[in-house]
Amino acid sequence: MPSLKDLRLRIVSVKSTRKITSAMKMVAASKLRRAQTAAESARPYAERMERMLGTLATSLAGQQGAPRLLAGTGDSNVHLIVMITADRGLCGGFNSTIVRNVKALAGQLIKEGKTVKIFPVGRKGREQIKRDYGANLIEGFEGLGRKGITFPEADQVANRITRMFEDGEFDVCTVVYNRFRSAIQQEVTRQQLIPFVAQEVTAGREVGGTGAVYEFEPSEEDILNVLLPRNLAVQVFRGMLESQASEQGARMTAMDNATRNAGDMINNLTIKYNRSRQAQITKELIEIISGAEAL
Amino acid sequence: MPDQINFELVSPAKLLISAPVDMVVVPGVDGDFGVLDGHTPLISTVRPGVIDVHEGGRVSSRIFVAGGFAEVTGTRVTVLAEEAMPVADITAEMASARLSAAKEKITDANTDSEKQAAETMMAVALAMKDAAG
Repeated sequence: MPSLKDLRLRIVSVKSTRKITSAMKMVAASKLRRAQTAAESARPYAERMERMLGTLATSLAGQQGAPRLLAGTGDSNVHLIVMITADRGLCGGFNSTIVRNVKALAGQLIKEGKTVKIFPVGRKGREQIKRDYGANLIEGFEGLGRKGITFPEADQVANRITRMFEDGEFDVCTVVYNRFRSAIQQEVTRQQLIPFVAQEVTAGREVGGTGAVYEFEPSEEDILNVLLPRNLAVQVFRGMLESQASEQGARMTAMDNATRNAGDMINNLTIKYNRSRQAQITKELIEIISGAEAL
Repeated sequence: MPDQINFELVSPAKLLISAPVDMVVVPGVDGDFGVLDGHTPLISTVRPGVIDVHEGGRVSSRIFVAGGFAEVTGTRVTVLAEEAMPVADITAEMASARLSAAKEKITDANTDSEKQAAETMMAVALAMKDAAG
C-alpha cells in the first residue's frame, strides 16, 4: 500500500507528463499542417514526371544502349535499400513499421542469395536496424529537414545514390518510406528507383492507345540523361516529404493517446488517494473512540 | 474561337497553373515553340527563359522558368519547371544577386560536377536578368 505522500508525488509527476505530451501534440499538429501541404503540393510534379518518364521509357523499350539508370546493370545481385525514417522517436509505431518492413525485405533478399546494403535516411531507423543488420548498413544521412525538407537536401541524397550506382556499388535500388494517407494513417511504401519501372497508371494512354509517336527535342537519349537523375531526386524528395508529414501525423496521434492515458491515470490515482486518505481518517477515529471506551 | 489546350505548369514545390488557354510559347532547348490545340506529341527539355501564355489574342501572363521539361500531347501541355515565378515578380536586383552568386560559385568550383552546376546557375541568372530587363 503506497503512502499518501507517494500517491501525491505520483499524481504530480503524471500531471507534468501530461503537460509535456499535450504540448508535443500541439507542436506536431501545427507542423503536420505545414508538412501535409508540402507533401500534397509536391505530388503533382512527381506524378507528372513519372508519367513523362513512362512515356519515354516505353518508346525506348527494347532498344540498345538505353541509359543504365533506366535499364539497370543487367544484374540484380546487389540491392540498395533506402530507408527513410524520422530523426526522433515518440511517434508511435512510425519508425518501427518502416524498420520491420526493411528487415523483411532484407531477409528475403538475403535468403535469395543477394547482397543487401541499407542506406538509412534518419537517425531512428539506423539505430533500430543496427542490431540485426549492422553489417549491411552503409553511411546515411541524419538531421535533414529540420525546417522542412528542401529540394537541395533531397538532391544531396539522390546524388549519393547516383554516384554509388555509377561506381557500380549496387544493381537495384528500392526506397522504403511512409506514405501519408491521413493524420492517423500511414502506409509503408516500397518504390523501386533503379532501374526505373513505369507504373501501369503512368503510361500516357490518354494519347489514345493508337501508339501516338512522340517527337523528341533534342534526342530521346539526351532527354533521358537529364530526366533520369532528375526523376531520382524528385522521387527521393517526394519520399522524404511524405515521410515527414507521416511522422508528424503519427506523433500527433501517439501524443494524443498519451495525453488521454495520462488523464485516465490521474483520475485513478486521485480516487485511490482520496480513498486512502479517508481510510486513514476513519482509522484514526476508531482508534480515538475505542481508546475512550476502554477508559 | 479556336479550341483551347490544357496548360499545366508544375514546380517541385507545387502545381502552379492548370487551366485551358489558347496558346503557350515554351522556350525549348532548340528554340522557342508555340503549342496550340492538336499539336504533335512532343517531349522537350526547356532552357531557362520565359513562358508566354496567350489568351484572347494577347499575352495573358508571362512566367519565368529555370529550365525543366515539357510534354505535349494533342490536348495538353505540361511543363515541369525546376523553378518558376511570374515575370512581374522578378526584380533586377534579384537577378544581379543571383548572377554574382553564380560567378562566385564558378570561381570556387573544384570538380567537374561543381563547375557544371555553377554554369547552370549562371545560365539561369542570365536568363532571369533578361526577363527582368
